Amino acid sequence: MLFLDLTVQGLVQGAIYALIALGLTLVYGLLRILHVAHAALFTLGAYLGVIVTNQTGSFALALAVAMVVVGVIGVGVYRFAYKPLLDQPPLVALIASIGLFIASEEIFRLVFGPYGLSFTDPPLQTQVEILPGIFLSHARLMVVGIAVVFLGLLGWLSASTRTGIAWRATVADPDMARSFGIDVERVRYLNFFIGSALAAAAGVMVALLNNLVEPTMGAVPAYKALAIIVLGGLGSVRGTLVASLALGVIEAFGTIYIGHLLDRDAIAFAFLIIVLMVRPQGILARG
Amino acid sequence: MAYEIVLLTTMSIAILFALSLNVITGFCGQVSLGHAAFFGIGAYTAALLTKAGVPLALALLPAAAMAGAVGLLVGMASLRVRHDFLAITTMGVTFLFVGFVRKQDALGGEVGISGIPQAAFGRPGLLLLAIVCTVLFVLVALHIRRSWMGFAFDSIADDEDTARILGIDVKRFKLWAFVIGTAGAGVAGGLYAHHIRFIGPDSFGFVESVTVLAMVIIGGIGSIWGVALAAGLLSVMPLWFQFVDDYKLLLYGLLIFAAMRFAPDGIAGLARRIAARIALWRLPR
Repeated sequence: MLFLDLTVQGLVQGAIYALIALGLTLVYGLLRILHVAHAALFTLGAYLGVIVTNQTGSFALALAVAMVVVGVIGVGVYRFAYKPLLDQPPLVALIASIGLFIASEEIFRLVFGPYGLSFTDPPLQTQVEILPGIFLSHARLMVVGIAVVFLGLLGWLSASTRTGIAWRATVADPDMARSFGIDVERVRYLNFFIGSALAAAAGVMVALLNNLVEPTMGAVPAYKALAIIVLGGLGSVRGTLVASLALGVIEAFGTIYIGHLLDRDAIAFAFLIIVLMVRPQGILARG
Repeated sequence: MAYEIVLLTTMSIAILFALSLNVITGFCGQVSLGHAAFFGIGAYTAALLTKAGVPLALALLPAAAMAGAVGLLVGMASLRVRHDFLAITTMGVTFLFVGFVRKQDALGGEVGISGIPQAAFGRPGLLLLAIVCTVLFVLVALHIRRSWMGFAFDSIADDEDTARILGIDVKRFKLWAFVIGTAGAGVAGGLYAHHIRFIGPDSFGFVESVTVLAMVIIGGIGSIWGVALAAGLLSVMPLWFQFVDDYKLLLYGLLIFAAMRFAPDGIAGLARRIAARIALWRLPR
């Protein structure tokens, strides 16, 4: 029973990781930038989610507002932070991104206060029995639902629309794509919008699961998501999905069985290092 | 006077720490996001030894050896993964180190180690020791730059595959870079433990790894003087920013961002460009 329970918990956690890491993978695939500040957008999404829910009482509205606003801010981050650095070595963008992340944690603390916010009346807390003996709250089910719906949409978008084709062409070879008349800039803006909106959705859901948002809540996902996209083979969407779910489950089991030796984050990174030593190109690398 | 001594010790340790990373990342081109782990290994080793009665100057040697030995292991990982993969692997090393220390009662677990003895001759003695170590390391770094090893590092940083074709033993030199760099960090860590006289797992996390990398990048990757200057300035900056207490991390983050945005090649690059501008201006027209 414990086995099944841990697997389910791990998969829910994995679904959250997937939502966060996907935006990061999209950015990496397109620009080869390790976008640490992505986690700041995740935190911002969480704050917006709680504030709008508390003001209006509608969780769905809060989710939508958080995704759109954060999506637009994500585009701004690309325009003003990364675009001027595109012809520099990738390390420069990485450090710039870390600087942004440190600064934004402080902005959250100054604007929203150091103690965090919670829902005055947390929605979706009813427990449901999904398998005999295994209970999940509506909120957890919704996390999985949101991950499946958005990732499905994303898959459909990239596989069978003109926008998706332009996107894949730009990932494969930006110069060639440009010479075929694709507006590469527009693809990048769209990319940041979608990636950031997904991070916001993840933020809102994490806020709901913990019923708490704090300025530093982005720290752990920032590093975990980097580990996940590397595990998945950097820039591979399918690999990211597999790695997210695998990491969620491994952490769930690891904290129970080897928790006395290593803490949760260390288990995640031990797994990362072991996998990379065996398969230096990640779990599912392209080519 | 006491305040100046603390300030100078902080700067000296930071300079040694940043220069040690500069050997790995600057000279040899291997990005490391986990350098604080080696700083931590040195700190714990030295602290345990001096608490057992070994004098600090002697305890720094095993601290360097221990950090260098683990550095050799991580260096072996760098033979397997490259670029961004290496960056994330080394980041994992930090989390492994912190996660491991947290759970070991012998290392003080969550609480850390306190009551670390003072260095001989107190704070001035520690400052002197720190300066000696830093100067020694600067000399080592200068020597590497002028030697065949520096040339090999350069070629690896530039293009590993070409270096291999030219007959440079890439593996051996990468491992050397990691061992020298991490041993330097171990010494810096040992000094730090006796400077603060309390260490815990939180002193050696990812933020510290990033901070030291930021010092190297802002100084101008590979430049000894640029990195030393940046490390000296950035290490005491939080103290200078005390007057804006609440905003100091915000300023710090924005400063790192602005440095990358407007001077991506760091202080050294900025100095080079200004020098070139002056030279141009002096040309007869």
